[in-house]
Order: sequence, then structure tokens, then C-alpha cells
Amino acid sequence: MGAILVAILVAPFVVSLACLKVPLVVAKALSLVSGAASFGLAVALVPSHEVTTALSGWLRVDALSVVFLVAVTFLYAATAVFAVGYIQPGGGAAEVRYSRRFFAGLNLFAWAMAMTPIVNGLALLWVAVEVTTVVSALLVAIGDTDGAAEAAWKYVLIASMGLGIALLATMFMYYAGSTVLGGSYELFYSRLLGAAPRFPPEIVRLSFGLAVLGFGTKMGLVPVHTWLPDAHSEAPTPVSALLSGALLTVSFYAILRFYQVTVRAIGPAFPRDVLLVFGLASLVLAALYLASQRDLKRLLGYSSIEHMGILAIGMSFSAPIAIVGVLLHVLAHAAAKSTAFFGAGNVIRKFGTKDMDRIQGAVGALPLSGPMFLLAILALSAMPPFGIFRSEFLIVEGGLSTRATALSAVLIVLVTLAFFGLSWYASQTLLTPTSDSVAPGEVSPWMAGSMVLGLLALVVLGVHPPAQLSGLLERAAAELGARR
Amino acid sequence: MAALGTSPSTLTDAADVIALLVLLSEFAMLRSSLSRSQVRLYGFQSLCVSVLAGFVAATQHIGELYGLMGLSFVLKVIVVPMVILRLVREVRVDVTASHRLGVATMVLLAIVLSVFGVFVVGRLPVHSHSLPILALGLAAAVILVAFLLVIVRNDVVSQAIGFFSLENGVSVASLVLAAGLPLIVEVAFLFDLLVAVVVFGLLMRVHQGRSRTLSTRALDRLRG
Repeated sequence: MGAILVAILVAPFVVSLACLKVPLVVAKALSLVSGAASFGLAVALVPSHEVTTALSGWLRVDALSVVFLVAVTFLYAATAVFAVGYIQPGGGAAEVRYSRRFFAGLNLFAWAMAMTPIVNGLALLWVAVEVTTVVSALLVAIGDTDGAAEAAWKYVLIASMGLGIALLATMFMYYAGSTVLGGSYELFYSRLLGAAPRFPPEIVRLSFGLAVLGFGTKMGLVPVHTWLPDAHSEAPTPVSALLSGALLTVSFYAILRFYQVTVRAIGPAFPRDVLLVFGLASLVLAALYLASQRDLKRLLGYSSIEHMGILAIGMSFSAPIAIVGVLLHVLAHAAAKSTAFFGAGNVIRKFGTKDMDRIQGAVGALPLSGPMFLLAILALSAMPPFGIFRSEFLIVEGGLSTRATALSAVLIVLVTLAFFGLSWYASQTLLTPTSDSVAPGEVSPWMAGSMVLGLLALVVLGVHPPAQLSGLLERAAAELGARR
Repeated sequence: MAALGTSPSTLTDAADVIALLVLLSEFAMLRSSLSRSQVRLYGFQSLCVSVLAGFVAATQHIGELYGLMGLSFVLKVIVVPMVILRLVREVRVDVTASHRLGVATMVLLAIVLSVFGVFVVGRLPVHSHSLPILALGLAAAVILVAFLLVIVRNDVVSQAIGFFSLENGVSVASLVLAAGLPLIVEVAFLFDLLVAVVVFGLLMRVHQGRSRTLSTRALDRLRG
């Protein structure tokens, strides 16, 4: 089992380096293979009931890690498929060089995100999240337009400042640990969790607050979300899909690791309140902004903020069933949002603009990816039979079971508001009559094909999640301190 | 403070003075109007942080910290300022940094933030063996003023310097809180910083290449 971790840690990195040297066709093939293999390896970890470690304890995977690892590697595989169709350089040497750099960056980004749930300990976790920032900032800027340069600058500045705060949170947690474990110890999860009940409560509280603020910056929680819509709209579409589906969720993973220690140390009341404030603010603001967007990818960016808010609120219910719902939501959101971004990528390629006022009748123009894009939007709005319906249902059920009735009602109202905004704009661009100047037809079979993967996953998660996956989610929820 | 004695000794006083210098250089960065002098001030601030690391290494007998001190000296006192200074020299335009607020208002705000930082953090139940608790309060003040610096200055050099000086504040805090943090982690942090320098440098160059200026006033297309 340990070998799997090492393989996931090595393969994308090696492929990334290789992409700079080999011909583009080989780079594409390598990315496809590496993506599919990483996903396969991650799925192989799902049935395991034990904690897997490797490299003398520096790599460690428990049920919680596997949930996020599956989400990240699934996106890696799907994005690789999409990118094969998306990157079609003309004959120029500069374009070919750009394409190679793009694939190298894509694999490196996936590597950094897969590393985050694998590494053991809060310190390495921070390092891994920081690496994802560095790589993704360069990928946002790779388009070399004015908008991309502006978005990349805002992103790298805001996210780095946020991670500075997250580093401070890590230091405080280290200090809290050193009062029990003595100086100079490794910040391994098992050691922290074992000693957590004796940590000084004030320091743990401070550390958790700083961690939510710091990692929340990268997760896109309001009010520290301001880089998110810019970066999502200006990055190349495959990168947007990875940013939204994987990067935001691994930052959430980092918060969950702090949550885990904090709950053991001071109980669930304080983390619940902190997550509730950030979650509600995110959901309210995103629901309002969703109703006034003109840029297709910005719309999806705000939808990401909405879903991150749902995750935070779901955690704040702290009922076991709600936490299972949150973890399922991580997987379902990854599948739905990447499919929606791939759909948006198809539409933008077809019409040559992101401005929704100038996109008409996309369903007619794109016979396959158009309807699939519509399905992805419905999935994002929590329509059955897709996975997000099930996960949000579980979250609300958890909320009602802990007598957070008013809050559950607010959650439902805000999600419905977001649904209006999202479906209103989507139907305007998708379901209007197609103008005669646009010839119907797909842009690329790869770009359309990648959407099938996401929809398939969403149906599986929504209709009947495999028993082993349900078991995994329950074990992960138990690790987060949910008791039946 | 147990290891340093309960009454303030010359050693703790010295540490406090160095930590105070870190904060003062942050103030100077906030108000300095030339990008070049801002970068030099950052170099000076980093030097103070390195000295502080050496101080902790010597009084606590933590050999690893000497290595850390050396690395942070090379990176923050030499490499980072050199990279940014070269960029500023190449650009030749608008080396004067710009601010959104008057100098007096800025400094007043910074004083309020520092007082907040020092007094709030001073009340935390932290008992450090390596440095007096005052240093932690000063570090918090540095971090808050760094945020102010990034918010009120609108040129890419100031904003990047703001981020790097935030990192300095966190370093001072880590000396108080986590002097014994395993070396491998510290090295990873520094490596990260190095990569961050590359990214910031690259993006500054991209920005300058596109808009012919280091000001961020042109960065207003993306909103809503």
C-alpha cells in the first residue's frame, strides 16, 4: 500500500518534467496515462481500513485523505482528457512551446494537489498548499493577456498573504503541542491528535481561527475570496476546472485537519461558530453575485464560493450525517464543477467569447456538450439524480437532526436563490434559438468526451454510491470526530 | 522566559531591541517613497531577523538554528533584495512608490494596529523559553502593518515587499513560538520563499511588460 503513495507522489512529477522535453503528442499521452493511473491508484486505497504510511512516516493516508485524494486524482484524469482537445497548437514554434509548458504546468499542479492529502503533519501540509499556490499562479498567468496578468497578480498576492496567516496558525498549533510533547517534535497528525486533549485552549482557539482565515483565503471563503472569480475567469479552462474542483477542496482539507485537532482539544462549539460565520457569509454573497454576472466563467467561480460556503456550514452542523454529506459534497462538487467548466470551455471555444450576452443557443450549436453543460448546471443546482442532491440532502438532514432548523431553512433558501441565478443565466445562453451564423458541431471530441466522465460520476454518486465508498465516507467522518 | 531568568536581563533587553528594530523598519517601509530604499529597508529588516535567529541559537544552544540563520541571511538579505533591485533598475520608470493615503494617516493607522497587536498578543498565555513574549507582540504588529502596507500602496514592488516582510514577521513569531521546530520544516519554508521570489519576480516582469509601469492602478478591469 505504501508503494501506491510513493507512486502518486512520483509519477505526475516525472511526467511534468518529461513534458518539457518530449514531442507534444507524447506529452499528451503521458498526461492521460498519468492522470488515469493516479486515479486508479487512489481508488485502490478506498477499501483499505488501515492507515497507510510510507517513507518512514512522512506520507500518511487515512480515510479522510483518501476522500480528497480521489477527488483530486479524478479531476486530474478528467482534465487531462479535456486538455488534449483544448490544446491544439498551430504550426508556430512559440505555440508548441506554450503547449509543452502548459502540460508540464498542468501535471505539476496536479502533483502538488495530490501531495497535499498524502503528506503527514501540519507543517508539510502547509508547504504542499503553498506549492499549489506557486504553480497555479504561474498557470493562471500563462495565457499572457492583460486580464491573466492582473488575475495572477491578485491571486498570488492575496493567497500568499493568506498562507502567511496559515503559517502563523501552524506555529501556534506547534506551540500548543510543545506544551505537552516538549520541544522539537514532528507535527504528525497522530501525535497531535493523541495529545490534543491537553493542549492549552486559548492557543488552540487562536490557531484554529487563524487557520480558517488563512487557508480560507485559498478556499474562497468570504470575505477573503476576492481573488477567486478573477483567477477562475482568466485562467485557461482546464486550469479553472482544477482550481475550482481540486484546489479549493484541498484548502478545505487543510482546514479539516486543524478542525480535527481543535475538536479533540476544545470540543466542537468554537470551530462550529467560526465555520458557520464564514460559511453563511460565503453563501449569502455568492447567491447575490450569481444573480448579476455576465462572464460565463465568473458565474461558475461564484458558484464555487457558494459550494465552499455549503461545505463550511455543513461542518458547522457537526452531526455525523452532515459530515458524511460534506465529504460526499467534496466529491460531487469536484465532478459537477469540472464538468460545468469543461462545458463552458466548449461554449467559449465555439462562440469565441466569455460574455454571456453574446452567446446564444449553445445547446443548438453544440449537439453533445451543450446538453451535457445544461445537465452539469442542473447538477450544480442540486437537482436529482445527481450527487450534489444527495450530499446537500444529507447536510440539511444533519442540520435538522441537531435542531438547527432555522439555519437549515436559511441554507435551503440561499441555495435556491443561487439556483435561480445560475439557471437563469445558463438557460439564456443555452436554451435560446441558435443564430444561423453558427454552424452546429462539436469543437473537439476530447473536450466533449471529458464531460461524460464527470456526469457519469455524478449519477453514480447520486443514484447509488458504491458500498465501499459509503464506508470510506463514514470512516472519514468518524476520524473528524463525528460520533454516532 | 524561564531559561533567561525571570527578571529582565541584558540579554532579553537586547532581543527586545532587535525585535523592535524589525517593527521600526516595517514602519519605515510603509512611509518610504522610493522603491529602492524600500527594498534596502527590507534587507535591513531581514538582517535583524537573522541576528535574532542567531541570538536564539546561541542562548538556547540549538545548533540547527545557525544553519537556518545562514540560509535566511543568504536568501532574504542578499537574494531577494538583489532580484527586486535589479528589476527596479531595469524599469527606470516610476521608482517612486505611491500611496492611497497621506503619510500621516498611514503612520497613525500603523501605530493603532501595532498597539493592538502588542497588547492583544501580550495577553496570550505563551511562555517561551527562547525569547520574551514582547517579541511575539512585536511580530504580530509587524504582520498587521505589513497588511496595511499591501493595502495602501499601489505599486507591485511595495506589495511584493509587503508580502516578504509579512514573512519576516512570521519568522520572528516562529522564533518565539517554535524555536525547536524541526530543521527540515524550516528548510522547506525557506525553499518555498525562494520559489515565491521567482513567482513574484516573474509576475512583476509580466506586469511591467504589459502595462509599462509598476503601478497597480491599471489593474482594475476585473470586478464584480
